[in-house]
Amino acid sequence: MRVKLSLIALCLVMAAMLAACGGEAKKDEKHDEKADVETGEVAAPAKKLVLGVAGAHSGDLASYGLPTVNAAKLVADKVNAAGGVNGAMVEVMPQDDQCKPELATNVATKLLSDGVKIVLGHICSGATKAALPIYLSGKIVVMSPSATNPPLTQSGEYPNFFRTIAPDDAQAALEVSFAKSLGLKKVAIIHDKGDYGKGFASFCKQFIDADPAIEQVLFEGVTPGAVDYSAVVQKIKGSGAEGVIFGGYHPEASKIVTGMRKKGLDIPFMSDDGVKDDTFIKVAGKYAEGVYATGPMDFSSNPLYQEAVAAHKAKFGTDPGPFFPEAYSAALALLNAVKVAGGTDYNKMIDALHTSYVDTPVGKIKFDAKGDAEGVGFAVYQVKDGKYVEVK
Amino acid sequence: MEYFLELFMGGLTRGSIYALIALGYTMVYGIIELINFAHGEIYMIGAFTGLIVAGLLTMLGFPVSAILVIALVCAVIWAAAYGFTIEKMAYKPLRSAPRLSPLISAIGMSIFLQNYVMLAQTSDFLPFPELIPHFDFMDKAGSIMSSAELVIILATIASCVGLTLFIKFTKLGKAMRATAQNRKMAMLVGINVDMVISATFIIGSSLAAVGGVLIASHIGQINYYIGFIAGIKAFTAAVLGGIGSLPGAMLGGLVLGLTEAFATGYVSSDYEDVFAFLLLVLILIFRPSGIMGKEKTQKV
Repeated sequence: MRVKLSLIALCLVMAAMLAACGGEAKKDEKHDEKADVETGEVAAPAKKLVLGVAGAHSGDLASYGLPTVNAAKLVADKVNAAGGVNGAMVEVMPQDDQCKPELATNVATKLLSDGVKIVLGHICSGATKAALPIYLSGKIVVMSPSATNPPLTQSGEYPNFFRTIAPDDAQAALEVSFAKSLGLKKVAIIHDKGDYGKGFASFCKQFIDADPAIEQVLFEGVTPGAVDYSAVVQKIKGSGAEGVIFGGYHPEASKIVTGMRKKGLDIPFMSDDGVKDDTFIKVAGKYAEGVYATGPMDFSSNPLYQEAVAAHKAKFGTDPGPFFPEAYSAALALLNAVKVAGGTDYNKMIDALHTSYVDTPVGKIKFDAKGDAEGVGFAVYQVKDGKYVEVK
Repeated sequence: MEYFLELFMGGLTRGSIYALIALGYTMVYGIIELINFAHGEIYMIGAFTGLIVAGLLTMLGFPVSAILVIALVCAVIWAAAYGFTIEKMAYKPLRSAPRLSPLISAIGMSIFLQNYVMLAQTSDFLPFPELIPHFDFMDKAGSIMSSAELVIILATIASCVGLTLFIKFTKLGKAMRATAQNRKMAMLVGINVDMVISATFIIGSSLAAVGGVLIASHIGQINYYIGFIAGIKAFTAAVLGGIGSLPGAMLGGLVLGLTEAFATGYVSSDYEDVFAFLLLVLILIFRPSGIMGKEKTQKV
């Protein structure tokens, strides 16, 4: 009897809740109608343009992903203040993939089902690769500020994919020629077995193998998160390498470089833009001194770049993090494409990206036939007194 | 030869850490037959406590060696408190439940603690101060072994010897052995089994915290996720040595550490984990109870 009573009570409560919701919705409708009557015109539906922002917003790679969200918000604010894109207000929709491929596909599906037409992201190449087929099937234009894996554009499989950063092979070529300019003859190449790190390391290996002046003495992957890397450090030492090239991200890089320095191995350590991050300097501390890393070119003299950084400081109170200028540029390029195309028509947007120039913090860019931005590139940096300084 | 020795010392260091954590797994299993999957997180919490205490003391201007000792003590106390609380909250209510329930509770605890530390601290990697001062005690060219490695190995040996003596010669140690043999019987002869179980968790957690602070100071960085992989490896070490056996856990840790070091050094670091787990599979095929484990006849 008691059970029955409580069941009935539950049903009543649920019914009441439903009724309440329904009532509210009705009230809203009425309110709208009234407003229309008062102004005497049919209120235009608030047009909005959703800009999806996908990337690592939590987890250990969040320091790469969050600047992109900030960049998107700043660009959206700026564009909205100027009246929006073709009258539509830009709305930023961040989606967290933690740089994990399996989460990236969820994110892509979510954005697809929400009807988003332009996506800024993803941050990591592995996640981007996993998500791209979904975007392609949904005819969504994707632009990454940081996914540097070359086949993403060069394979030609994804005409909907663009990026405002130069691909890894460009970075690897620069890395190898820089190693040569340091006078290194034997180089150990270490990577983190990931899409990005191993890809970069393999390109370095390719360029070194093709060059008789420089030789690779060790090519190995380490397991991210392993308790320590002392055995790998021993191996580098035993290989007689005069320098180390590392492909991967900063947690592993700082562990390896700390281990090397503690073992008295004072040979140059060179890495990629996964390591050209202030978190690396913070974590590796004094052992970071003298480490080389390639990273996107320095655009600090560009007035648009300065404006973007100033806006970031004004709104968030801090200096922007890695890939911020690329992300800011990508957001500008995407919104410009929508503007030129006069809407979110897939083919028109892609045409616009290939043909019309847009002024961005990374320079005046448009995209080549494969989807890479023309005119962006890499530079070599070195840690000096706790800061990355460009090596001229 | 020098290369071999260097790898050997590196493997020994890593193995010592595995052994320190594995002791906790094996003791808890020995007493209540539970795989405490939250044990790796205790190690992580120990390391974080060490970081916070070390930061505080550095600000107050303590000398490094004092910081190391105080940080170790604080980490041990704090981690022991966590171990004690986890047992009371997540395992004690389930003590008479089917064996699967506390296991799932342990996994839940592990995930909870990871996320708790991530939210309370940060998900970024944090620099850990070098608490073990660097000194060259061998010739400079060799540098076969660093001071940090020596300290870690010595600390592990000291902990293991201390633990063995404790179990052998104290009253509580005797009670622990009795409880491990037969919990009901121990209860009947007047042993406070709840107290013994709590003590087991406290001791295991303390050892893990020592490992956490030492290794974090050696490699110089921590984040909320370090307990997961270290925990899995230490669990493997415990199984390798024979879960439930203390010397087995130590031996298993060292064997696992050395296997990984030599696989990296002579084959490739790509195959580090492959060889480690291949070893596990082989041992389990030929000695299902692990290297030092005892065969137990199942009562029907």
